[in-house]
Amino acid sequence: MSVLELCDVVKRYGAGPTEVVALDHVSLAVEPGELMAVMGPSGSGKSTVLHLGGGLEAPSTGRVLVGGRDIATLAPTGLAALRRREVGFVFQRLNLVPSLTAAENVLLPLEFDGVRGREAARRAGEALEAVGLARPHDRFPDDLSGGEQQRVAIARALAGRHQLILADEPTGSLDTVTGDLIIELLASQCEAGTAVVLVTHEPRYASWADRVVFLRDGSVVDEAAPAPPPERALAAPASAPGR
Amino acid sequence: MHTGYVSVRLGLLALLDDADMYGYQLKSAFEARTGGVWPLNIGQVYTTLARLERDGLVATSTRDGNGEGGGDGGEGGRTADDRQHVYSITAAGRRELADWFAESPAEGPPPRDELIAKVLLAAAGGSERALGVVTAQRTALFTALQARRRALRAARAAENGGGNGHGAGDGEPEAEGEAGGDEALAAALVQDALVIRAESELRWLDQCEARLLSRRSAGASTRRST
Repeated sequence: MSVLELCDVVKRYGAGPTEVVALDHVSLAVEPGELMAVMGPSGSGKSTVLHLGGGLEAPSTGRVLVGGRDIATLAPTGLAALRRREVGFVFQRLNLVPSLTAAENVLLPLEFDGVRGREAARRAGEALEAVGLARPHDRFPDDLSGGEQQRVAIARALAGRHQLILADEPTGSLDTVTGDLIIELLASQCEAGTAVVLVTHEPRYASWADRVVFLRDGSVVDEAAPAPPPERALAAPASAPGR
Repeated sequence: MHTGYVSVRLGLLALLDDADMYGYQLKSAFEARTGGVWPLNIGQVYTTLARLERDGLVATSTRDGNGEGGGDGGEGGRTADDRQHVYSITAAGRRELADWFAESPAEGPPPRDELIAKVLLAAAGGSERALGVVTAQRTALFTALQARRRALRAARAAENGGGNGHGAGDGEPEAEGEAGGDEALAAALVQDALVIRAESELRWLDQCEARLLSRRSAGASTRRST
């Protein structure tokens, strides 16, 4: 089952003469363990894909399935739970809470989700270890470098053990060495089965993806996906070519 | 792009600047020094050496025995065809090599790049056609770049003893001894260059797309307003 599926999705903003069609009959599926990059000029609909995938917005027509569930059928509380439990977000602007330490920033969504005390602390600690944040973990965001802050943001997405991570230009303000490390970190999450959708305008980072989807004017114009590595090729039906 | 004759010629001069060598040693050394991405055939080596000798940039001497004095060891891959000629660089050869290292690639007209030519010529046939070419070229380039990244990651994972790709530690391949380290460095430098070149071409194609799209929408609004 796909982790995220967009079925013939149209997304319009505004109405009448000012109407903008952000996505125009887009169908996409993201599989467990897949790193999918979305590229395209500004205004091509990249961010809209993420907003829909995270249940932040609803499609005008068509269906968005997260973990097989149509988000249109969920009540607001169900939708909020889905956003918390199934989807992790990593934004370009880091959105760390400045008055909380790195560890507390990672803890926060866990506590919202009812994970408390030692269990929460243990999971936050593990996530910060996994992203390689240097100790101590009780530093405040202002005392962290840009790369460290982004690691905390990724740790926060990981601690929730989400099956889907949506990353919007996560390398935005970072130098290329740090950016490479962040993408490598996201790619290593995929090896553990998490699906990642990465919006970027940098070919450097998009080239890490298993599949790159190109949007233009709200439509998918092409996809780049080299033949799968041998172990996956064996698991795939013999008739399936590279893409 | 500098391919073929020029780079082999200067590559051989650079190798001979370090040590006198047999033809076959030059072939192996060239391939090792350039990360194994530019295989040479031995015929090309001898043809180039003959031209270099004609131009007074290398000199030959004949030695017999097994590899004595011809630099060290090599692969022992000399054949009966090797004629036991040892090549050495001349003073003129050293000057040519120094000039080449000093010369900036920015001098002279830009290389007649095939990708640029394709997009320019397609653009002459209209934005839609050019967008089609941009899309197709970009997908092909991307697919190649993804495959290269994947191969690099696999090679690195194998090097780390199939290790857990855990952590975001340094990704530098470890040098194993002097010679192995040199070859690993050459291979890493070549891979970096190929990846970065592909990135720059992809960036350029993105730029082309943005320009073509804005021209198309400018054209559309002009049509509407007239």
